[in-house]
Amino acid sequence: MPQRQLTGGRIRERRIALGLRQADLAKQAGISASYLNLIEHNRRRIGGKLLLDLSASLGVEPSALTEGAEAALIATLREAASAVPHAKPETEGIEDLAARFPGWAGVLAERHRRVLALERTVEQLADRLTHDPYLAASMHEVLSSVTAIRSTAAILVDPREIEPEWRDRFHRNINEDAGRLARSAQALVAYLDGAGKADAALSSPQDEMERFLTRRGHHFAELEGEGALPDRMMAAIIDEDEALQSASARAQARLYLERYRADAERLPLVRLQQVRDEAQTTEEGLYPLHLSVRLGVDPATVMRRLASLPPAEELDGANRTPVGLVSCDASGTLLLRRPLEGFALPRFGAACPRWPLFAALSRPMTPIRQTLRQSGRHGRMFRAFAIAQPVGQPDYNADPLFEAHMMILPLSRDSAGQEMTSGPDLPREVGVSCRICPARDCAGRREPSILTDGF
Amino acid sequence: MAKHVLIIEDEPNIIEAISFILSRDGWQVDTHSNGHDAVAVVRARAPDLVILDVMLPGRSGYDILTDLRAQPETQDLPILMLTARGQARDRELAEKAGASRFMTKPFSNADVIEALNALVAE
Repeated sequence: MPQRQLTGGRIRERRIALGLRQADLAKQAGISASYLNLIEHNRRRIGGKLLLDLSASLGVEPSALTEGAEAALIATLREAASAVPHAKPETEGIEDLAARFPGWAGVLAERHRRVLALERTVEQLADRLTHDPYLAASMHEVLSSVTAIRSTAAILVDPREIEPEWRDRFHRNINEDAGRLARSAQALVAYLDGAGKADAALSSPQDEMERFLTRRGHHFAELEGEGALPDRMMAAIIDEDEALQSASARAQARLYLERYRADAERLPLVRLQQVRDEAQTTEEGLYPLHLSVRLGVDPATVMRRLASLPPAEELDGANRTPVGLVSCDASGTLLLRRPLEGFALPRFGAACPRWPLFAALSRPMTPIRQTLRQSGRHGRMFRAFAIAQPVGQPDYNADPLFEAHMMILPLSRDSAGQEMTSGPDLPREVGVSCRICPARDCAGRREPSILTDGF
Repeated sequence: MAKHVLIIEDEPNIIEAISFILSRDGWQVDTHSNGHDAVAVVRARAPDLVILDVMLPGRSGYDILTDLRAQPETQDLPILMLTARGQARDRELAEKAGASRFMTKPFSNADVIEALNALVAE
């Protein structure tokens, strides 16, 4: 069929244009080189998740690899089918469905996309409601005041006699609790009112930092140059960004930028790109330990540099695989989050204790490599690299403080698993945070999940 | 002989109101307001029944309850849990930890007395 003929050729064309070897692209997509060869010569049908994964690896939209919107529609339908396997959808008839009932197929695909978007929203809101300390404390204050007032008022209206001393005392208590309730309610209303206003009112400093870094794509070209930086360069970056409103966020931004600059001086972009270009495989060009050895720079710095590369369109012919990064301090508090599509990170509070990020803290200076699959997230797989390194200067008789980094790469497809049946590449189920994790019987669970136990 | 109830709650006005209604109802009332040493206090005072708030300074009511259930002398002690959150998962947490009963704030005085009497009868 025409779609097949076009798709294979376009994949091949795009791969060659990027200077990628067939084996490298196949490895990124988690399939064998021979299978990719069949696809490229239009001898195997491609669609669904594999099409999405290959297009991600090639840095193009799925539709750019096919004859148009129809193939993207089919890919989405396949993804929708894989999300509800118990319904046993007739996947072999997806092309027929799209061809014969394009309107209905479009509705189904649109609904699937909408469900995914709403799931993400629910996760974020639930995460926020659960872990927002201000909201939790305010609600507790309101309910405690109401409880005290209700209980005390019931005593006062009881027809039984109360000694005057007790009656006066309860009147005072009610007055006190009513005042407390009024203040708590006003503060809560002001807080929730602020939630509707786009930015600062509800923001935590962490929110502000996240917006700042997202706007800049985690890359600061002005800090990449050689030689001394102009005076007030960092202050100007901070002053110019409206996202940074609070003093805390601005101080965090300053620390981030200072570390960014120190990283850039230790590992200039040009040098990093040079070594990556020399890498024999795409993986070599991304694996932090390999790069660390070649560059003579510690792995955590390499991870931070890989997570702050320029936008993909500015990378000449280089590997454009997106990189996610998360770091935490020794308490497990997340410090830095560079999201990677498909790998969810908690907005507030603690992450999944099964992440290698936390295992790294218990094995300082030992690099960890693991293949991860996030529970309930449609089976996408990722390769994670983690390491915990000391921060600050060593001192006599002082225990070092450790900071852990975990770099995440998309690992597009379970390649029927020949190389993933054992060892570090055996996929490991992890979650996002307990509250939104559907995994059952997890030894690390801290609280019930809203996905399995309901609201 | 009056039954002995220990109220572990950190809101002084709630403690005062509940203490009043229970005393008037014939209970011998004892109070404590932090979570740190709540388990030791329960063991030392040996009440017939405990009213235990979930959100306490120092330690969660769930943790205190779990500890009490792990000790032979308090494993069957009737315990009424009070919480500001009434969602299904909170009730489930309380049941898992071993609560005899679960009550959501704001409760009525009548509900508290009824719950305590029911626990004593059990």
